[in-house]
Amino acid sequence: MSAEPAPSIAIAPKRKSAFLSEPAILIPSVVLGLLVLVALFAPFLGTIDPTQFDPTLRNKLPGHVGTVRALDGTETPFVYRMGTDNLGRDIYSRVIYGTRISLIVGALVALVSTILGLTIGLVAGYVRWLDGFVMRIMDGLMAIPPILLAIALVSLSRAGLVAVIIAIAVPDIPRVVRLVRAVVLSIREEPYVEAAITAGTPTPTLLVRHILPNCIAPLIVQATFVCASAILVESILSFLGVGLPPEEPSWGNIMAAGRQYFRIFPHNILFPGIFIAATVLCVNVLGDALRDRLDPKLRKRV
Amino acid sequence: MADVLAVDRLTVALPPGSDRDHAVEDVSLKVGAGEIVCVVGESGSGKSVTAFTVMGLLPREVKPVGGSILLEGEELLSATPRRMRELRGARMAMIFQEPMTALNPVKTIGDQIEETLTVHTNMSSAERRARALETVEAVHLPDPQRILNAYPHQLSGGQRQRAMIAGALVLDPALLIADEPTTALDVTTQAQILKLVAELRARRGTGVLFITHDFGVVAEIAHRVVVMQKGRVVEQGPADDVLNRPQHSYTQMLIGAVPSLTPPARAPLDASPVVLQTKNLCKTYASGGLFQKKHVTRAAQNVTIDVRRGETVGIVGESGSGKSTVARCVARLIDPTSGEIAIDGVDYAKASERVLRPQRKRMQIVFQDPYRSLNPRRTVARSLIEAPVNFGMGEQAALSRARDLLALVGLSPSALDRYPHQFSGGQRQRICIARALMVEPEVLIADEAVSALDVSVQAQVLKLLDDVRARFHLALLFITHDLRVAAQICDRIVVMQKGTVVEQGATAEIFAAPQHPYTKALFAAAPGKHIGSKVTA
Amino acid sequence: MLSYIARRLVQTVPVMLIVAVFVFLMLRIGPNDPASILAGDNANAEQVAAIRQNLGLDRPLLSQLFVWLGAILTGDFGESFFFKKQVSALILDRLEPTFMLALCTIVLAVVVAVPLGVIAAMRRGSLIDRLVMGFSVMGFSVPVFVIGYALIYVFAIKLNWLPVQGYSRLADGLPAFLRSIALPSMTLAIIYVALLARMTRTSVLEVLGEDYIRTAYSRGLTPLQVLVRHALPNAAVPIVTVIGLGVALLIGGVVVTESVFAIPGLGRLTVDAVLARDFPTIQAIILLFSFVYVMVNLVIDIAYTFFDPRIRY
Repeated sequence: MSAEPAPSIAIAPKRKSAFLSEPAILIPSVVLGLLVLVALFAPFLGTIDPTQFDPTLRNKLPGHVGTVRALDGTETPFVYRMGTDNLGRDIYSRVIYGTRISLIVGALVALVSTILGLTIGLVAGYVRWLDGFVMRIMDGLMAIPPILLAIALVSLSRAGLVAVIIAIAVPDIPRVVRLVRAVVLSIREEPYVEAAITAGTPTPTLLVRHILPNCIAPLIVQATFVCASAILVESILSFLGVGLPPEEPSWGNIMAAGRQYFRIFPHNILFPGIFIAATVLCVNVLGDALRDRLDPKLRKRV
Repeated sequence: MADVLAVDRLTVALPPGSDRDHAVEDVSLKVGAGEIVCVVGESGSGKSVTAFTVMGLLPREVKPVGGSILLEGEELLSATPRRMRELRGARMAMIFQEPMTALNPVKTIGDQIEETLTVHTNMSSAERRARALETVEAVHLPDPQRILNAYPHQLSGGQRQRAMIAGALVLDPALLIADEPTTALDVTTQAQILKLVAELRARRGTGVLFITHDFGVVAEIAHRVVVMQKGRVVEQGPADDVLNRPQHSYTQMLIGAVPSLTPPARAPLDASPVVLQTKNLCKTYASGGLFQKKHVTRAAQNVTIDVRRGETVGIVGESGSGKSTVARCVARLIDPTSGEIAIDGVDYAKASERVLRPQRKRMQIVFQDPYRSLNPRRTVARSLIEAPVNFGMGEQAALSRARDLLALVGLSPSALDRYPHQFSGGQRQRICIARALMVEPEVLIADEAVSALDVSVQAQVLKLLDDVRARFHLALLFITHDLRVAAQICDRIVVMQKGTVVEQGATAEIFAAPQHPYTKALFAAAPGKHIGSKVTA
Repeated sequence: MLSYIARRLVQTVPVMLIVAVFVFLMLRIGPNDPASILAGDNANAEQVAAIRQNLGLDRPLLSQLFVWLGAILTGDFGESFFFKKQVSALILDRLEPTFMLALCTIVLAVVVAVPLGVIAAMRRGSLIDRLVMGFSVMGFSVPVFVIGYALIYVFAIKLNWLPVQGYSRLADGLPAFLRSIALPSMTLAIIYVALLARMTRTSVLEVLGEDYIRTAYSRGLTPLQVLVRHALPNAAVPIVTVIGLGVALLIGGVVVTESVFAIPGLGRLTVDAVLARDFPTIQAIILLFSFVYVMVNLVIDIAYTFFDPRIRY
């Protein structure tokens, strides 16, 4: 047991090192950058059509050498690096193309829920008569466990990328609203905000000029965590069969396809599982590092 | 007199990358049995580090690197952690600045006092209880049995500090270290705690190492005084010598900056027109509702004040007196519940924000905390021109005015392009004063504007406020808890207690002959009455 | 105290009402027509209209809402489109496995996570701390079902210690029950442990920075005494709060875990109902889970008064 008494004496803080020289920021940034490249250049990474199935090539193990038939009927030899699934689709190609879906879902959900949450939170935090009403609605939304809400929302319409993004973003909005509102409520007590009030600064300007900048750092941190959880939730939805249809390969539905024969062919789940875990891990590590750096007080909230 | 504590050439290193190498350097001091030694200095002088080094409670990064500390002849710097634990609480004890946070909120006072006994003795639980009760009685806490069973939040600030003292003295330590123990307390409570410390020291023969920044407190209780500056002892000696015949220029400067409790003569302002007027101003807060008893707090009740052009009116009171509530109502940062607030006869107490906005340039405010009063993300220039630009002034004209005003408050125009963190607390407060003057207000509100500053800086900012008041014929509404400051700067003072005005009148008259019992008690509690000098003259 | 509980109970009413209205509107304003789903693909317009009238769907929205709310208050959630039986009976049937899974998970998670978090906080910056924090980030990053399959692969398929899938009721014997619940609980506990260990560490660290900790040291207490007497009692409130908030995470995880382990509980029912667009069942499950979540947090709020004398009631 080596806990030390609380430091009660102010010590000049150590100078912060350059942003990217910190491994916890640099490494995940590089990995995520590579994943973006993979998503962008998926067709040029030795992939074939990820939706093309071949009954003769069902459930092949990784490394299987077979042939691919092009539209004009010519056949070329092809190595199935990660094997094939129960319909004979190339898992490697599906995983590479699946990167697109995961990154798009993660980024868009983070963007949508942050922008909507920021707007609602600013208004709720500053317009007193709206606050009670808005926050009761948010409390109600937060009372529904998020994955359950997402599942229920996707069930409302035909599964598609837009529906999935909306379904995942909606449960996150009240959490962003709460964060923004908390920041607004604490900042509006700051003397410099009160000084701006006595300076006759109109409320909208006050919000944008003095309060909004304080929301940016915690929001960036929150957005990374929303992004990480969105990638996970998308995979869960697809895995349960309520997310994206198999024609749009996502890491979740690759694994869903592999469920049946999991005992014999675990590679169906292994490869997309590794990709998703690595991606989400990078986003989370980045989020942690950003939080420690941008907003140490945020540690309190999860 | 045997020395309880002997610190000899103590040097404590700061971690690399700090603003200086040593927190304290070559510090030597002694505390005899039954003696109160005050260590005085401004922030950053190393006085707290010295105290924490003795207790062995320094944070890990800060290490003593030289010298020696003898407690009753025993070397502490080389003592094992185990031996230090045996000494802490038993032979030396400590009380802290914030009685609010220094007690564990989820344990009763009794548990926390008895804890020391549990750790250091083999007493039975009944013996511990009896000892705790005895100690609580010794610090004059009312209804000791109830206090033992109470939680900290159920006690007032003064009671909490008494409970802290009881916990520190329960095993009769030879040395009591008090780190600014009265700084967070109101002046009347402070007087009681100082009396208690002096009494216990006399009765038990405890040596007291008393850390403070307040020369009034020093004058009240110290036998000997140690003056520290930037980690070094610049002067020490018997209290009488140091306070009345200071040798070192720094000590002379510090004592010279303490405002006197005797108000200077001021020219009467009866002919000047009234600018700001409040009539029966009330502010109440209501809480509770459906299942709870309605609880109404009257923060301000029927406050009627007027301030003439060129006049400084001080609102004086302890925490909870409602003085800041009045200031914030006048600035319309909060909405008054009832009553009138008028500038030049125009009542704006109930004005809507739209009607109010053009009025706002007529009243500006300077806040207490210089570190939070300026938006850290905006340059000084942008903070200064915000108000005039809002009220229609061109940006260039505003910038040129900003330059003039910065010069007026004693800063160079190059300050415009810098950010608040590049300035000291006193400089920031100057910037805030310049900002308030940008729109040529008629009323300036200073809400504890010098309370967070070190005494030497405080004197300069006070002088600046008085200068700008005279120069611009401002009506200055000056909120303070500090009678010394009020005595020096105010033409008239308004004494508030629990939301009501108990007395108001010319400063000199009230200081010479207070009428209301509360005002009398307040003045009687002011420590070190005879020291201090005129700072605005 | 009683009035405090009453007040807190009353406060949950608007929250649950908003959930109910939301659940109601979700079906009505969505692109799905319950009548056509119920009628099936081959129904003609008249049949659909008849069903519509039968369900009361032709009445104004507000009166539908009140009728529906009234029915729910009496425990009538309607008839399942898919299973063709009362939803309430359907749910009762599936309650045990889900409840048992959740209970075992919470117990397992708390027993593992709280000590881990405390040790990490006490040894801040040490190898143990970094391992715990590393595990915590990992726990947040791997999808629940991947963890589930990994555990099945190791413990059920390779080592053959535990059954691969399925659920054995408690009534059918404790050993069989424990064997069937072990892997699902471990799967589900991982994310909970990740959350709880991290929050415990944060809370303890924060409390260790408080002034009264310094006071305790000044009385001569050892670090262990400071931890047990002062830090833990004060860290309890935030830790318990997170246990409550984590229930939302747990409920989401139950849905996935039950699918992986083929446990016939409410989670499986949720997925089946969504796939079959069985809206009365979906509505009932959302209401039930939200109600449980709100109630758990209500109980925890009331429990605070036990940990912290400052909380007024």
